[in-house]
Amino acid sequence: MRIPVLFVTFALVLTSGVYASGARESDASTITLYSGRGESLVQPLVERFEEETGIRVQVRYGGTAELAVLLQEEGARSPADVFWGQDGGALGALSRADLLADLPEDILAGIPQIYRNSTGNWVATSGRARVLAFDPRSIPENDLPTSVFDLTAEKYRGNVAWAPTNGSFQAFVTAMRVVHGDETTSRWIRDMLANDVQIYRNNTSIVEAIAAGEVAMGITNNYYLLRFLAADPAYPVRQTFFEANDTGNLVNVAGAGVLKTSTNPDGALQFIRFLLSSVAQQYFTTEIFEYPVVDTVEMNPQLVRYDQLLDITPEVDLDTLEDLEATLSLLRSAGAL
Amino acid sequence: MSTNLLLKRRGNLRVPRLLLLPPVLIALAMVIPLWYLLLRTAEADSALLRELLFRPRTLQLLLNTLALTAYVLVLSTAIGVPLAWLTVRTDLPGRRLVTFLAVMPLAIPGYVMAHALLSLGGNSGLLAMLGLSVSRPGGLHGASWALSLYAFPYIFLNTRSALLSLDPGTEESARSIGYGPAQVFLKVIIPLISPGLVAGWVIVTLYTLGDFGAVALMRYEVFSYAIYTQYAAAFDRVYAAALALILVGLTAGPLWLEAHFLRSRYVARVGSGVARRTAITPRGPWLIPALFFVTAVVAASLGLPVLTLIYWMTLRSPLPVLHRVAGFFANSVAAALPAALVAVVMVLPVAYLRTRFPSRIARLAERSVYIGYAVPPLALALAMVFFSLRAVPWLYQSLTLLVFTYSLNFLALAMGPIRSALMLAPRRLEEAARSTGRGPVPAFLLTVLPILRKGIFASLTLVFVMAMKELPIAFLLAPTGFTTLSVAVFSRTSEGMLAEAAPYAAAIVLLSSMFVGLMLRYEGQEFS
Repeated sequence: MRIPVLFVTFALVLTSGVYASGARESDASTITLYSGRGESLVQPLVERFEEETGIRVQVRYGGTAELAVLLQEEGARSPADVFWGQDGGALGALSRADLLADLPEDILAGIPQIYRNSTGNWVATSGRARVLAFDPRSIPENDLPTSVFDLTAEKYRGNVAWAPTNGSFQAFVTAMRVVHGDETTSRWIRDMLANDVQIYRNNTSIVEAIAAGEVAMGITNNYYLLRFLAADPAYPVRQTFFEANDTGNLVNVAGAGVLKTSTNPDGALQFIRFLLSSVAQQYFTTEIFEYPVVDTVEMNPQLVRYDQLLDITPEVDLDTLEDLEATLSLLRSAGAL
Repeated sequence: MSTNLLLKRRGNLRVPRLLLLPPVLIALAMVIPLWYLLLRTAEADSALLRELLFRPRTLQLLLNTLALTAYVLVLSTAIGVPLAWLTVRTDLPGRRLVTFLAVMPLAIPGYVMAHALLSLGGNSGLLAMLGLSVSRPGGLHGASWALSLYAFPYIFLNTRSALLSLDPGTEESARSIGYGPAQVFLKVIIPLISPGLVAGWVIVTLYTLGDFGAVALMRYEVFSYAIYTQYAAAFDRVYAAALALILVGLTAGPLWLEAHFLRSRYVARVGSGVARRTAITPRGPWLIPALFFVTAVVAASLGLPVLTLIYWMTLRSPLPVLHRVAGFFANSVAAALPAALVAVVMVLPVAYLRTRFPSRIARLAERSVYIGYAVPPLALALAMVFFSLRAVPWLYQSLTLLVFTYSLNFLALAMGPIRSALMLAPRRLEEAARSTGRGPVPAFLLTVLPILRKGIFASLTLVFVMAMKELPIAFLLAPTGFTTLSVAVFSRTSEGMLAEAAPYAAAIVLLSSMFVGLMLRYEGQEFS
């Protein structure tokens, strides 16, 4: 019988030491990063940072929401120094739970209003524009809606997709509430539902559904399609902005903050500075098709220019976007969630 | 006739004290997630909780959940039971291969299965290339098929270990008193394999109630959707906990039914310790349909998802990241293998107590095992975060804690095959061994353990393969910097990089297939 082989393996692995070493406190030469951003895009940056500063980064990868909930559960006992999340809502929740430390003024200097919150305890690391993705085979360019409010038109019945559980979508709804008020927003949601809006899991599945010809268009974030196109240049979907200043052009953010309980706040700040440096900003733009938060990088030709984007997008305070509760409540009462 | 005798004998065998320890510990451990959920729910504002719960949509989501569960149960039974029968009781060519292929879909990550089915239809889908215009699957049908195609192995494995442990003598006796094949099947085999089948149903039910990913990709809205939204959209632990408690409450129904069913059953072989190989029914005219069935199941449950993975890998070559895949591969094994072993070691005494000394404590411990599987994994992980930071802070985010949490999560998976095998192992054997003056432990090791081997292997396989795919627990409890394959997959799909995620998902499938293959080989030694 060779079952013992298994147990021996087990014992060997057991004694190899990894099993007993729990969460380590950071010292001056390491920081612990909780990253809701994907490993494939974080890893190259982390390596670069480690090379430049000699500070080692221990990374915990996970869903932005899961890690945000984890940080709340850990509270004062958290081993994390930095949280880097995919959307502002998660950082807002941590800010409200009083878990984030104030960032020094100079870090926020030169960063446009749409990329910072007034509390100053977290900062956007890149911008992600809301866009309309569409199937050019079924919707001719001149038949596209000019405003997100046009999507309720009868001619688009059953042909528009959204992802109501998605953080970016909810931030967009919050923006609509801020700009147009709760009543208008609620009516828009009900009209969309009445117009047989198609519900999808997330932005990725919206873009895939358009490619499959299941639905003609969908409101999503700008980079998903661009990443698909990078893998497959023949991908049959296109995307566009609505008219300038339309709420549908909201720029969402990915952002980062330093935990109040950080045992290496200097190292943590260095990491945030690095994320805002032109090296990292150039990387976000070139490699993952997100918008830079500083004006010092060369734009990816597939994105609109930095100053153009600021013209197109509605000016909405990041702080106001943090008010998720009311948005969720509104989505629920309208029957969208 | 023998019931009285058995009852009398039971009185003679005293419960070894030591045997009570693990079940009591497990039951205590299972209090952690429940306590945590109650604690969080107590923080809720009742007005907001009412707004969340008492609306027509909650009812709709519950009804959808029920419909999905029923559909998945029927479908996965229709796939799993015939497959188990074909591989155990017929001389179908390539039975061992079919067995392997029938377990493998467990290893397919849910998102891959959903994408594979979705890629069948639509403008650029597989069927469109063949000139067929078919819309993509979705809704109740799509969600049920996606779930059933990777959940049927639970039914298959549980039924199979029950079938393997059957004593051919029972059927022979039935035939000798004039039963035809159909009667033997209905009156002898079905009752004998029913504990296994029911165990499989319970797992599939709990799995269906808890699954969110594949169901959401198929655009069907169920109750787990509400929990996910609360954690993921509101970054909230309080109302999510309340919803999680409701989900746990939902599982009480099927668990009570199963307990009720098991209480009325005691099945055991009366013959020798190790069964002879069971009789093989001639394949006859059924061969062609049987082969067709097997091929269709394998093509849908394995062929499609593997093709999908290969397609993604042609979009972006996996070669440059092979070294990373290898590193994560090792991490996944270091977490999943001990989790499987610990789960089996923990569940053995519980199942043994439950089948041999069915006291109230034993039944309670056995039921409590299912709590770990019924609590949404994210809530379970948060409960362990809460508990470990207060009670054992030095173990927080250690591999030990991750392994322990996995074991708690998957104990229910390990329970089914081992319990079915124990129910079929004759009590007399231990009694005989005990009567020769051996202690209870040697008696068990000498007589029962060999019969349990198949059950144990099935349990190990189930836990290992599920732990390989597991997500939210790994996010929260794995050591920082310890990235497993499943985290690596998520870490790419969450950024919309499906092609980049493919090599890691393929590694999960490959590693699981190696493990399943190894298990089947050991298991087969007895007969080969």
